[in-house]
Parts: sequence; C-alpha cells; structure tokens
Amino acid sequence: MISQFFVLSQRGDNIVFRDYRGEVQKGSAEIFFRKVKFWEDGDLQEAPPVFNVDGVNYFHVKVVGLLFVATTRVNVSPSLVLELLQRIARVIKDYLGILNEDSLRKNFVLVYELLDEVIDFGYVQSTSTEMLKAYVFNEPLVVDAARLSPLGPASIFAQGTKRMPGIAVTKSVVATEPGGRRREEIFVDIIEKISITFSSSGYILTSEIDGTIQMKSYLSGNPEIRLALNDDLSIGRSQGSAYGYRSSSGSGTVVLDDCNFHESVRLDSFDIDRTLSLIPPDGEFPVMNYRMTQEFRPPFRINALIEEAGSLKAEVILKVSAEFASSVTANTIKVQMPLPKCTSRVSFELESGAVGQTTDFKEANKRLEWSLKKIVGGSEHTLRAKLTFAQESHVNITKESGPVSVTFTIPMYNASRLQVKYLQIAKKSATHEPYRWVRYVTQANSYVARI
Amino acid sequence: MKERRPRQSGLATSASHTSKVYPSDLTFSEETKGRSNRLRRRSTQLSVAMAPPPPQSHRSPSPSQPSGKSEVSDLKSQLRQLAGSRAPGADDSKRDLFKKVISNMTIGIDVSSLFGEMVMCSATSDIVLKKMCYLYVGNYAKVNPDLALLTINFLQRDCKDEDPMIRGLALRSLCSLRVANLVEYLVGPLGSGLKDNNSYVRMVAVIGVLKLYHISASTCIDADFLATLKHLMLNDPDTQVVANCLSALQEIWTLESSTSEEAARERETLLSKPVVYHLLNRIKEFSEWAQCLVLEFVSKYIPADSSEIFDMMNLLEDRLQHANGAVVLATVKLFLQLTLSMADVHQQVYERIKAPLLTQVSSGSPEQSYAVLSHLHLLVLRAPYIFSSDYKHFYCQYNEPSYVKKLKLEMLTAVANESNTYEIVTELCEYAANVDIPIARESIRAVGKIALQQYDVNAIVDRLLQFLEMEKDYVTSEALVLVKDLLRKYPQWSQDCIAVVGNISSKNVQEPKAKAALIWMLGEYSQDMHDAPYVLESLVENWDEEHSAEVRLHLLTAVMKCFFKRPPETKKALGAALAAGLADLHQDVHDRALFYYRLLQYNVSVAESVVNPPKQAVSVFADTQSSEIKDRIFDEFNSLSVVYQKPSYMFTDKEHRGTFEFADELGNLSITAESGESVVPAQRVEANDKDLLLSTSEKDEGREPGSNGSAYNAPSYNGSSAPSTTSQPLADLAFPSTGISGQASASSLAIDDLLGLDFAVGTAATPSPPPPPPLNLNPKAVLDPGTFQQKWRQLPISISEEYSLSPQGIASLTTPNALLRHMQSHSIHCIASGGQSPNFKFFFFAQKAEAASIYLVECIINTSSAKSQIKVKADDQSSSQAFSTLFQSALSKFGLP
Repeated sequence: MISQFFVLSQRGDNIVFRDYRGEVQKGSAEIFFRKVKFWEDGDLQEAPPVFNVDGVNYFHVKVVGLLFVATTRVNVSPSLVLELLQRIARVIKDYLGILNEDSLRKNFVLVYELLDEVIDFGYVQSTSTEMLKAYVFNEPLVVDAARLSPLGPASIFAQGTKRMPGIAVTKSVVATEPGGRRREEIFVDIIEKISITFSSSGYILTSEIDGTIQMKSYLSGNPEIRLALNDDLSIGRSQGSAYGYRSSSGSGTVVLDDCNFHESVRLDSFDIDRTLSLIPPDGEFPVMNYRMTQEFRPPFRINALIEEAGSLKAEVILKVSAEFASSVTANTIKVQMPLPKCTSRVSFELESGAVGQTTDFKEANKRLEWSLKKIVGGSEHTLRAKLTFAQESHVNITKESGPVSVTFTIPMYNASRLQVKYLQIAKKSATHEPYRWVRYVTQANSYVARI
Repeated sequence: MKERRPRQSGLATSASHTSKVYPSDLTFSEETKGRSNRLRRRSTQLSVAMAPPPPQSHRSPSPSQPSGKSEVSDLKSQLRQLAGSRAPGADDSKRDLFKKVISNMTIGIDVSSLFGEMVMCSATSDIVLKKMCYLYVGNYAKVNPDLALLTINFLQRDCKDEDPMIRGLALRSLCSLRVANLVEYLVGPLGSGLKDNNSYVRMVAVIGVLKLYHISASTCIDADFLATLKHLMLNDPDTQVVANCLSALQEIWTLESSTSEEAARERETLLSKPVVYHLLNRIKEFSEWAQCLVLEFVSKYIPADSSEIFDMMNLLEDRLQHANGAVVLATVKLFLQLTLSMADVHQQVYERIKAPLLTQVSSGSPEQSYAVLSHLHLLVLRAPYIFSSDYKHFYCQYNEPSYVKKLKLEMLTAVANESNTYEIVTELCEYAANVDIPIARESIRAVGKIALQQYDVNAIVDRLLQFLEMEKDYVTSEALVLVKDLLRKYPQWSQDCIAVVGNISSKNVQEPKAKAALIWMLGEYSQDMHDAPYVLESLVENWDEEHSAEVRLHLLTAVMKCFFKRPPETKKALGAALAAGLADLHQDVHDRALFYYRLLQYNVSVAESVVNPPKQAVSVFADTQSSEIKDRIFDEFNSLSVVYQKPSYMFTDKEHRGTFEFADELGNLSITAESGESVVPAQRVEANDKDLLLSTSEKDEGREPGSNGSAYNAPSYNGSSAPSTTSQPLADLAFPSTGISGQASASSLAIDDLLGLDFAVGTAATPSPPPPPPLNLNPKAVLDPGTFQQKWRQLPISISEEYSLSPQGIASLTTPNALLRHMQSHSIHCIASGGQSPNFKFFFFAQKAEAASIYLVECIINTSSAKSQIKVKADDQSSSQAFSTLFQSALSKFGLP
C-alpha cells in the first residue's frame, strides 16, 4: 500500500503532494530529491527507481522530466508501484491532453481530484480514465500544444503524414472542442522500436523489435472494435531456435516471440483469424505489446571507419544507407560517435549538395554528432571528418572510438511487417462514419554499429 | 440531523443546523464565533499578525506559486468576505481562492489558520469547491482536532445526500479526519455506507472501516464492521468492493493477530478454500490492481492436492499474457509457490514464464524493466539453465539507464555457462571500452566473476590480460584486482599473468585496490618477476605519499615475502619499509611493522612460516549471501526484498512487515548461526532442558488418533518396538549413533566433533548436558505435499549443517531414487527430489513415532565435493538435534553394504 504520492519538478519543487496514510514524515519529498540528485552508491551515478532511506521505500519514475514518486514503509510489489506511477502519469495525460510541468501546475486541482479517486488510504481503486470520468469535475485548462518541443511524443506523427492533425494525440479525453461536439475518431498506432547491434564487419550480432499497438479512442457510446492482424502471424518460437535466424527467414510469415494484451482485449477468435475484439476504454492504452527476434531487414546500414592519417591526425568516414522503399522517408536522423579522448579538433566534409544536414563536435565528451532532417528510402549519405589530436597517443584509436549509435523515426513503415488488416467499428450510428487513423511508425531504440 | 435539507442552503441554515449537534458555542456565523474560547484566542493572534494589511493585490503569477506568509492572511480576509456571499460568480471567486490555499498547502506553507474560513465557505453546491474543501480539511484536521469538529456537521449531512457521489466523497473525507475523539460520529455514516445501494459509496465505506480501525481499533471492532466486510467480500456484486474488503480484512487481522488469537484464526479462515475459489472464479472481473491483490492473497493458500493446483494454474494461465507487469509477476509468484513440491512441474513453470517476463523487460519503461530484471536475476540464481540460451536478451543497450545495465551485467554473469561463456565474455569486453566508465568497470568485474565460476578459463584469461594492455587507467585497475583473484584460485596461470603484470608500471596504477593487488602479486611472485625487489623498493621510497593504509599494509607484507625469496636484493627495501612502518601514524600499519620486526628478530625461518606459509588455491570464494537468505528472498517473490536482494526483516520495521511474518524468527536465527559455533552448544543445553519438560507432557498428549504409531507396531529405527522405546533408558539412543561411528568416514567424524555433537552419549557417563530423549520415527509416516509446503514455509530452520558423504555413498548416488529407497528404510521419506549430477536436491520428511510431530529436511548433495548440506525444520524444535543425528547416520550408511 502506498503512503504518499507526489510529483516533483526537475528542480525538486512539489507540484502535487498527497499523503494517504500519514505514516511517512512530511519532509519525505526533500529527502527523496536530495538522495536522487546526489546519488552515490558504488559506481552508479543514477538513482535506481526504488531505494530505501531509513525504513521508507521511495519509488520513482521519470516522465517528461518530472519525477512521479510514491513512498511506503511496507514491503510491496515494486513492479506494481512502478506500473501504477506510469499509469497515473498516463491518466493525467489523458485528462490534460499534454503532460508537462506547465500543464500540471495549471491543473493541479484536477490532479488532486484524480489522485483521490485513484488511491484511497494507500490502496489502488481505479486507473481507468473511463471510470474516473464520473468522479472528476474540474475542466482541464489546456496548455498550448505549439510550445511542445519538436521531439516530444506528440510530434512523432507530425511530419510526413500531413493529413493527420498533429494535435489529435494531444487532445484531452474530457475537454470539448471549441466547435461544441467532439469529433468522433479513433487512433491506432503501430509503434515499433528497433534494437540492433552490428559487428565491426557489418554482421548483425543481435536484433529485436519491441512493438506496441497503441489505441486512443475518442468514440462516443463505447462501440466494439475489431482489429484484424496478419493472417500468417504466429506466436512463440520453437524451442532452441531463439536467435537462430535460419528457421523463419524467407517463408514470409511474421513470427513473434511473445506478446501480451490489454485486459479489455478478447481473444475469442484470435487463434482462428488473428482478430482482436475489444471495447476500447477512453484514453490512451496499449492494445498489444509484442517482441520479435525473427530476422528482419534493418532499415539502415551503417558503415564507420576510422583511420590514422599521419601523426596527430585521423580520418573518420561514416556512411548511412537507407534500405527501405523510396516511398518512405525517415526523419530526424541523428548519428553519434565517440571519438578518441585526445581529439582536439574536427573538420567536417559533407557530401556535395547535402541539404538539411548539420554536424557538430561535442568537445566536452569528445563526441561527433551528425544530424539529417530526412533520408529518402534507397538513398545513401556519407560524412567525412578529419580529426586532429592534441597529443601523440599510443592507444589503438579504433578501440578508443565508437560505437556509432543512430536514432531516427520512420513514419508509415514497420520492420516487423505486422499489419492491421482492418479496423472495424461495430456501430449503428447513422450520422457519419467516425474517423479511423491507422498509423505505423518505427523508431530506433538502440541502433548501434561497432567499429 | 433527521430531516434532509437542501444542499443549497446558505450560511444561516447551516449555522442553525449545526447547533443541534453541538453546544451552541460552535456556530459558523461571524458574530457568534467569538464564543468559543479557543477560537477567540486564535483569532486574536491572527489579527495581530494581520495588523498591517499587506498592500498587495494579485501578485502571484500562477496559482501554484504563491508567495508566502502575508498572502495567507490576505487569503483569510478574502475568504471571510466571500463566506456568506450568494452573489453570482461567488463560487468562481471561491474556486480561485481555494486553489490558492491548496497550492500553498502543496508547497508546504502552513495554511491551517484558514480552517474556520474554509469551513464557512464550504456550504456550497459546487462540487469542485466541495472537493477542494474536503482535501483541505483532510490535510489539517489531525493537527487541529478542535476545529475538525466544525466539519463533522456538514460532512455528516453530505453523507445523506441524494447524489451517491456526494455521499461517497463526504464519507471518505469524514473517515480521513484522523481525529480520535470524533470516531463516534463515524460509526453511523459508515454503517449506512456499507449498506448503501451504490457501489461507489460501499467501496469508500469499506476503506472507511479500515481508516476507522487505525484511528480507534476498539470502536471498529465493537461496531462489528468486520463481520459486514466478510459478508460483503463474499456477496457484493461489485469487485472493487470485494477487493477493498479483502485489503481491509487482511490488514486488520494481521495487525490484530499479534495480540488476539481469534484474529489469527480469522486470518487463517480467510485463506480457506471457499474464499479463495470465490475470488479466483471472478478474477477477470477485478481491475488489474485488484487482480494483483487477489493473486498475492491466493499465493499463501495451500491447495489440498495436485489436481487443485492444476485447476488453479489452468484458470490463471492467461494472466501471464497481461500487459500489466504487476499482474504477470503476481501470477508467476503464485505458480512458483504452488509447484514448489512438484519438481518437474516447477521446471515447466520456469519454461512457461520465461517469454512473458522477457516481454515485460523490453516492453515496459526502464523502471519496470528494472523491477522485472531483478526478479529474473533471482530466478536465474535458482535455475541458471533457464536463460542460458537467451543470454542475448541481457546484452546492454547503449541508451539504457545505468541501473538497468548493471542488472543486465549481473544477469550475464549468472547465466554464463560452458556453452555461452565465449560469446558473453566477448560482449562484455566491448563494454570495457564503453564511454560510461562505471559500466565499463562493472563489465570487467563481470568477466572476472565469470572466470572465477568456470572450470575452463583459458579464453577468459587471455581477455583479462588484454584489458591490462588497453592502457586505460580504470580498465587496468579493475583488471589487476581480477588477475589477483584469479591467481588465488588458479595458481597454474601465474606464468602467463605475471609476464603481463610485470610490464605494468606501478606509477600508472593509482587506485588503492588495484595498487594493493599489484603489490600482492609482486610479493607473492617475486621469484618470477625480475624487478620485483626494485619496484617494491621504489614504492617504499614513496611511503609518505601513499595515502591508503590498505596499500601500506600490503606493501609491508609484500616486502617481507620478497625478502624471504630474494634476501640480498630486498634487504634494503625491507629495512626502509619496517622503519617507515614503525613510524607510521596508522595504528594497524604500525602494529604490523612492529610485529614483523620482532618476528624477524626472533627467527627468520619462523617469520617466513608465519608471513609466507605454503598456500592452497582457493576453491570457491565465499558467497556473499547464505542460501538461507536466498530462500527467504524467494519466499518474498514480487516484493522489494527481490530488488534490494535482502529479506524484508533487514529493511522493514516490524509493524510494517505485513504478510511476511515469519521473517523475524529466521532473521534472528541466521544471525545467531553466523555469530560463531561457540554459541551452539550453549543453546543446545538450554533447548535440552526445555526438551525434558516438553517430552513428558507430550507423552500424555501425543497419542492422538491420527498418529497411532503404536498401532503399526513396526520395527522402529533402532530395532526395538516403538512403544517400549519411549520408556527405555536414555542410553538406548546411543545405539544408532555409536553404531555408525565405526563405519562413518573419518572426515565426517571430525566435523561432528567440531560441531559438538554428543557422540559420548553412548557412555552415559557424562551427566550434563542431559542427553536428548530417545527418538523413534514412524516408518509409515504420511504427509501430503501441500502440508509439507505449508510447514516448510512456516517453520523456522532449527538446524543447518553440512556433512561429508562416504565415497561409497557418492558412487551409489547415480540417481536420486537410490537414496530415496535407502532413506525410506530408515523411516525417512522423500517428498520431492530433483537435480542432476553433481547437484541433487531432496526434500525429506519424517514423523516421530507415536506423535504428530513432523521433521522436514532439505538436503542438497554435491557429489563432486562429497558434501551434503541439510536444513532441518521441526514442529518440535527441541528434538530436532536428535533427529538430525539420526538423519546423518542414515545418510552416512548410504552405499555401504
């Protein structure tokens, strides 16, 4: 059971503070913040999500730079409390549309209302946005979405998909739109995160796709929804073939290692026709999470080379090739590479006619950064960098540099080939068809090439 | 209070209304407020504080960033103005003011002085205002118990509102006041709340009962609310009401059971089959959080037989596919607990839970991954093979937080075995060059740990030596420490290692631990390292600059060792080191130098035998945690114990320990066990004293119908019939013990002597300590797995010992079954067994003849070391020593013709 819940800003100010049981001293927020800020335990420089100070257990998760914290003196399930903190953040986001320090401060009374219903005397009552609606009366004061940082979660669909209102995902589930009635629409997002490690020779050492089918419904009347996935989808890899790329490649089927489902999902006909049916609750929630280690074609190939070029000099050549269809465009690509410690100066040479590319050498942590606004499928981009060393180094410069890591977002593309074949809304409404958005996006989680 | 008044009633009605409940001096209107003495005093104080009204208007830019003290008094006057106002828009102004008050409260400014004004403004139909007021009142009522009285009235009235939500809110706030002298006002509203036809109100009322219990336990129990909760738990259609009943009853009865036996019984019956089945059958109707609660609750239930276990597991199978990691982990815990006594099913469970847990690691937030990985780590320690082919899941990703990376490194260390070591070590070597230096260090340590747990270290040694050549300070430092440990275990590698270590300049090593390691190697292998005396000499020259006492201590010893091997070259360094040591301000350094000096004065060869005796290679480095503690943590699966890697008694106060109530005894036990063997005999004497008393009473009571050992009249362990032995002289027990002593291997005897076992009992000449009463076992004892499991979980360990096995015994232990048959012939029965050569694990039980008293044994046999570790748990702890002796003698006969 939870004794206190609070949200702290990056500077350690209390934005909301709710004491449920009065078992933990009032100064706990301060104790917590000092501990997190000056964390020192062995070599770890980052506080783990759970720690104990003087018999009080502190749990925290970081969401958009804010610290969501719970305290207790009881030996509870850590996974329950951490999941709950994430969920509270999500519920607040559902209500406020946008979750950040500003919106929280503006709506803290609403947040208190929510907190009173989510937890009573330390016991979780409900985190369902839908059920909470009946008990929450404050109208959210919506903050300006335009002030969101361009890399915020809401913006991943903003580019490359012009027909979609970027603001949609930042809409509160309760606020009515200026026009009066709410727009009937439903968003189904297939979000995949790729983790891949290439060896220095370009061979794939490990690869994994972590996917989520996320839904956000603004439909009135809670209609039932049917979501059909690939017919040839199979789940569970045969024993012993984990990471054995032989078995599945070429056959064309999508093989997931494992998946799990939101509790509203009914799997009655899933085994027969790969159809999920559900009555979506309000707010954003994952319909299905899945994990795949089956071989897939990585969207980018990375080639990196560092060579000594005379004394105190070296040259780096970075090449990124986009191996997806030319109809697809990746955006906000960022390539980073740690350089040898003794590097003092770097001069860059972009390919001729390069547009929307920037380069930088971060002196403080000796890192090369190369950003590209977009990369069209099938194209290839190269960066040359000339390094100057401050002093002679006996160390092997290849060992001192790398690995190269890449981050990117590719809208309307997914590497697993998992698809939503159709999205059916079972509703007899005569007025008009609700808007249905099915969107795919692939992002890099840990996309690394060793050199 | 009988008639209902409309909520919209203004201040005047509410004031007159109040006076019906309280003496007339507590009313709300301005002019009568002064009649309360306390209130008057407070208001005069405040008026002093308010004296110069601050000339500020609306200064604070955002409602949650108010400015300070003067604003509190400002708010007070504004609230007062609005209190009676029914002007249009008054509610909006009130909302703004209330928001400011609450935002002050949030950032920790004391706004309790506004209590009266806040309550005055609370007469409103605006639900948002009401809620803010409730929040405020709940926060300050405890520190202002007198003022809290003011709120009772309007809260009680709202408890009867026609809107169920208002009823619920008011009831919740009423119960949250936490003021002891107001409890009488709670009983009525709670009673009707529990019977309310709206589930929201009932849900609030159930938790309200728990709140009442914490304010006044006797009021709560006297009102007989617990019976109502029990009824609701089994009958309410709303699952959240049911879940809250379960939470409340568990908490209350756990707290009560420390003082009341009845509550302890109630808690036991809560865990009965009908309740468990009732909850499980509705599991899918519960919210995900309530599901966790139910699963945790059910994991304490002991099913009667295996078909019940399978039914439960089949029912809950799909919970493993839940997106919420907390539900998955709670299910995993239940499955593991259910199958503890079914070794093969237990293994299947491990296979089954693997994929869902890995999905939780990668699909959740980093924080959730951390929680799940901690549990995986625990599982891997118990069953290393389960993830041995999935090791790649534990490779670090460059953007993970370091707490996740650290756990993953621990996982990689734990899953490493012959088949995957090469790949894992290769991967770890990549991290050694990582920009994240703490993780790079951890990676190198991980390589070292893997090296120390492997049989074949060829490839690893090469890697470690490569680290030494990387010329990064921290890499060199970590690698030196590892090489030192490695040499202590595998001295055969000294040639290869020393060649590389010799190339390292001691000037490049700064960290004390690494420096100490290097110096140790210089001393230990000075005959093989050419310039060892000279390196040591230069280190001694810089004695004063060496800040670490640890390094100086090592330096003294190393110089000594070097001196014994190469006296002429080291003589100078030794002299300098001893001189510097004697002058050292650090006590330990000084003492060691003096000790060495005197040793050398006395006799050089004696000194050598003291300082540098021939060493044996370390076979296994001491495990940081006893297996007992690890088992404890496993019992507390899905709790903080797993994350902290310590059992709950180590970090939780007693009153907050909740459901893990046995941890305490075990904690004490393990502490005494650690505090040295000398304690053990003393305790035993005490135990034996008690024992004599107990055994006489047992003779009278022990003949229960269920344990009619005499009816079987089977030959008991020592050959005489069971009934007669109890009355035979104590010396009879000597028969089995002395009988085996001739046959048992010499080594086991030696250990027994060390442990102070009474082998002398046979002579019966030593009058004290009194020998334990004769122990005979029921050859036909029966125990079902469920009971075994329950007892195993509940009883503390009374004896934990290690025996040696005879070579014949080891040779015969090709399959677990061979031992089972053997032990059965000694009336010790097996309930579960498993494992493969060289590690076997058995659970045995035995029953005292003619008594219900059961002994439980966990026995782990390692055939390669010919050792067995046993843990005995017993109903009757006083006789567990005698049982242990029996057990050991039976075990030692295994394999003998």
